Amino acid sequence: MQAQEIYNKLEKQFPGKVGLFRGDFFDPCLNVDAGAIVDVCRYLRDDPETAFEVLSDLTAIDWTKKDDEKIQVVYHLFSYTKRHQIVLKADLPREAPRIATVEGVWKAANWFEREVFDLFGVDFIGHSDLRRIMLPEDWIGHPLRKDYVEQEEYDGISTQRAPLVDKLLR
Amino acid sequence: MQPLLNSLPETVFTTKIDELLNWGRASSQWYMLFGLACCAIELMQTGGPRADLDRFGCVPRATPRQSDLMIVAGTLTYKMAKRTKLLYDQMPDPKYVISMGSCSNCGGLFQIAYSVCKGVDKIIPVDVYVPGCPPRPEALTEGLLRIQDKMMRERWLVKDPAAREERAGT
Repeated sequence: MQAQEIYNKLEKQFPGKVGLFRGDFFDPCLNVDAGAIVDVCRYLRDDPETAFEVLSDLTAIDWTKKDDEKIQVVYHLFSYTKRHQIVLKADLPREAPRIATVEGVWKAANWFEREVFDLFGVDFIGHSDLRRIMLPEDWIGHPLRKDYVEQEEYDGISTQRAPLVDKLLR
Repeated sequence: MQPLLNSLPETVFTTKIDELLNWGRASSQWYMLFGLACCAIELMQTGGPRADLDRFGCVPRATPRQSDLMIVAGTLTYKMAKRTKLLYDQMPDPKYVISMGSCSNCGGLFQIAYSVCKGVDKIIPVDVYVPGCPPRPEALTEGLLRIQDKMMRERWLVKDPAAREERAGT
């Protein structure tokens, strides 16, 4: 199934909830309303024509451009049976990013969402085990957010670098 | 390392007890089986047949309780730094540390990252720094020989630790 057809299907099923389709990429993508993400995902998985059995990746981007500040959660879907793929994007406010978990749709989302929570601080509502996955549990802040400020020390270990390196840091 | 003094040919050897002890210690440095990143591959190579650490009496031990030497090989993250400190504390005295490669010397290529410890000397005392990214087996062997030199300078028969250190010239 072509990406354009998938988009048309979604637009018919969820009017007003999807938009901004870009089909001219290697990874065709579209925006989904954050409130409808679980419904859209479950529909894409269960519909026999789309049959997206696999959540290949779930990540996020921190956009800090003026007047366009947002945290964008990105879902990469793939279908082994149909051999097609699509990318869903959901925009969240930077101050309090919250979105429903898709763990109930694909179990693989569990760890992906923990990673996004760890590095971006996105709160996945309904997640069964929302803890940090890679950083230590007592870590302060979410390092991949662009407003992240590094602490002076971590657990008694100084984080200061050699002076030469500080010049390389912007 | 100096050979034992042989004053009476073939039958009797005379030496100082300190030197005999040190000769034994320096010739059987058991190092901890412990690698963190790509330097660990080079460490394995050093243990392999070409560089052959075994000829110096170096045997990898799978537990810190039987190890004399810790070779910190690879990028040290803060999460691992705490574990490394724990492993070091479990090693019996006297113990020695080789910091192998740029990453464990100062954070190296990855020191700009938020999660990388800026050098293993921030958490444990280091005896020998081996530069390189990663160091060749020859370089690590050289580091090991420097540890042997250090061992041979140490004195154990003097009870007073301050005098002992003074005589060892450290």
